[in-house]
Amino acid sequence: MRVVIAEDLALLRDGLVRIFQAYGDEVLDAVRDAPSLSRALVTHRPDIAVVDVRLPPTFTDEGLRTAIEARKRVPGLPVLVLSQYVEQLYARELLSDQAGAVGYLLKDRVMDVDHFIGAVRQVAAGGTVMDPDVVNALLGRRSADPPLRTLTPREREVLALMSEGRSNAAIAGRMFISEKAVSKHSNNIFIKLGLEQSEEDNRRVLAVLAYLQG
Amino acid sequence: MAASSGLVGPATSVARSGPVARFELLVHSVLLSLASVLGAVLCCLWIAGVALVPFGLGLPMTLLCAVAVRWFADRHRQWAGQRLGTPIARPYLPTPPGNRLTQLQAELRAPASWRDCAWLLANSVACWLTSGLSLVLFLAGWFYSGYPLLVAVTPPEVFREPFGFFPVHGLGQTLLVALAGSVFLAAWYFSAEPLARLNARLMRSLLTPTDKAELLARVGQLTQTRAEAVDAGASELRRIERDLHDGAQARLVSLGMNLGLAERVADDPEAVRRLLAEARASTAGALEELRDLVRGIHPPVLADRGLDGAVQALALANPVPTTVEVRIPGRLPAPVESAAYFAIAETLTNAIKHAGARQVRISVEFTREPGRVSGELRITVADDGHGGATIDDGGGLHGIARRLAAFDGTLTVDSPSGGPTEVRMSLPCALS
Repeated sequence: MRVVIAEDLALLRDGLVRIFQAYGDEVLDAVRDAPSLSRALVTHRPDIAVVDVRLPPTFTDEGLRTAIEARKRVPGLPVLVLSQYVEQLYARELLSDQAGAVGYLLKDRVMDVDHFIGAVRQVAAGGTVMDPDVVNALLGRRSADPPLRTLTPREREVLALMSEGRSNAAIAGRMFISEKAVSKHSNNIFIKLGLEQSEEDNRRVLAVLAYLQG
Repeated sequence: MAASSGLVGPATSVARSGPVARFELLVHSVLLSLASVLGAVLCCLWIAGVALVPFGLGLPMTLLCAVAVRWFADRHRQWAGQRLGTPIARPYLPTPPGNRLTQLQAELRAPASWRDCAWLLANSVACWLTSGLSLVLFLAGWFYSGYPLLVAVTPPEVFREPFGFFPVHGLGQTLLVALAGSVFLAAWYFSAEPLARLNARLMRSLLTPTDKAELLARVGQLTQTRAEAVDAGASELRRIERDLHDGAQARLVSLGMNLGLAERVADDPEAVRRLLAEARASTAGALEELRDLVRGIHPPVLADRGLDGAVQALALANPVPTTVEVRIPGRLPAPVESAAYFAIAETLTNAIKHAGARQVRISVEFTREPGRVSGELRITVADDGHGGATIDDGGGLHGIARRLAAFDGTLTVDSPSGGPTEVRMSLPCALS
């Protein structure tokens, strides 16, 4: 993969570069502020941009804004946003264009390197990856809603994993059940929540997230 | 503000006019003129009481007079405040602790008491030149308007000299006097309101706190809120220190231990893998704790998006449906932003934890004073819980109110038992 990294702290920037190189990916550019990120995204058109939310010059949410701005110009440009804090407000903004190819994760998740690289590949392939913290907060907030109350514990587990953006195969691996069982659960979930069925993994994730945020 | 320097009664501007209002003022004139005489008597009694204190009888007399004078002055403050449309503050300082005698000493030494005394004397004269004059104009008007009738029904020689120096002869001249009567009445009608206002202004000049007294009260209030703000800051720092010590630091120590052990058992890959997994768990835990700590100090979303975005984020994270309405045309100063954010966050927590709210409505609005950058931030948090929230229980709302006081902010609660609850906060500030 061809990767662009935006992270202002040298320590973490080098760490990310090393991880990608260890997995045989090509780091096109590793920038440290929002304007250079903006330029790098337009000139390199990377397969994936890994972006820290907080960047110079203002040290607020520059990274997030730049990523959203770039996706407006280049629809579906794959972006994975990393942050020390996950905010539902930001998750909502990232997902609002419904184009997929976005990820939003806590920086801690990088420690589980295999999983992190898996998430990066998923976003690069047009998938959606949401941090479990965001999903848990969404589920927690809506847990009292009638449609969600009718879900069985198994279905809730599948729903949570699906909202994080995991594929049916990945969910099956996590829950030690067959893929067929997963797709049966997910069909039930869609019927109970009154959502449109779709064969495509990412479309389903986006539908579920939109439902949970609604 | 201390309780004793609040406002007396609700002062509302009297906007009525016309005959009804004039007769109301007339009644006031009668009462005030009588009161001014009473005031002079009260003042004399008071001074006599103070003079007689060494002889025993003076003490109860002084006590009674002191209480009476304050009540009397308060009633007049209320009346003048209503006349002028702006309430008049009480100038009295908070009563010091101690027995009644030391309190009395303090009261007698207070400049406000002697200003009251001066006002009683001044009022006994000035009131006759304002309210008294109004009364005299009215009475003269009716007297002269009815003069022809008086002349007709009384024996001759009783009413012959209406103005005390020239006699009247015949009906024509008495009619002229009646005309003068209607001039008096017209004068009463048009001067009643200005004279009452003049009287109110005279009262205000002596009954409001002096600039010095106002400054003293303000300094007292600032001293108190500063002490509270310093306390709150210090205890916050202690909490942060404790959280770091028991949380992230402890976890980093255990991480170091695990890594040290891993070095020792490097030839046993299984053990190394287990220790590394534990080390990673320690790191994740330390990060988690640091995150919570930072959120409690200054939420990143507040720094990123200001109060507007931070309140939206609060609502999104809230377990019950929450509607948010924010109208702030710009960015508030960081300290105000932070104070407002934590006040809203704690009020929300209260609503969910203690009131069992199922729905919450938050509105935040900044209104600018005309022609200035400064204004007021008004915050309302309303919920449909079972109510019964109070400020004075030393609980959560009390703490919020105290922290807002450091910014000259206020907090009021309207929470009948059974709900709904509405918490209203107000913070004076300027947009940056």
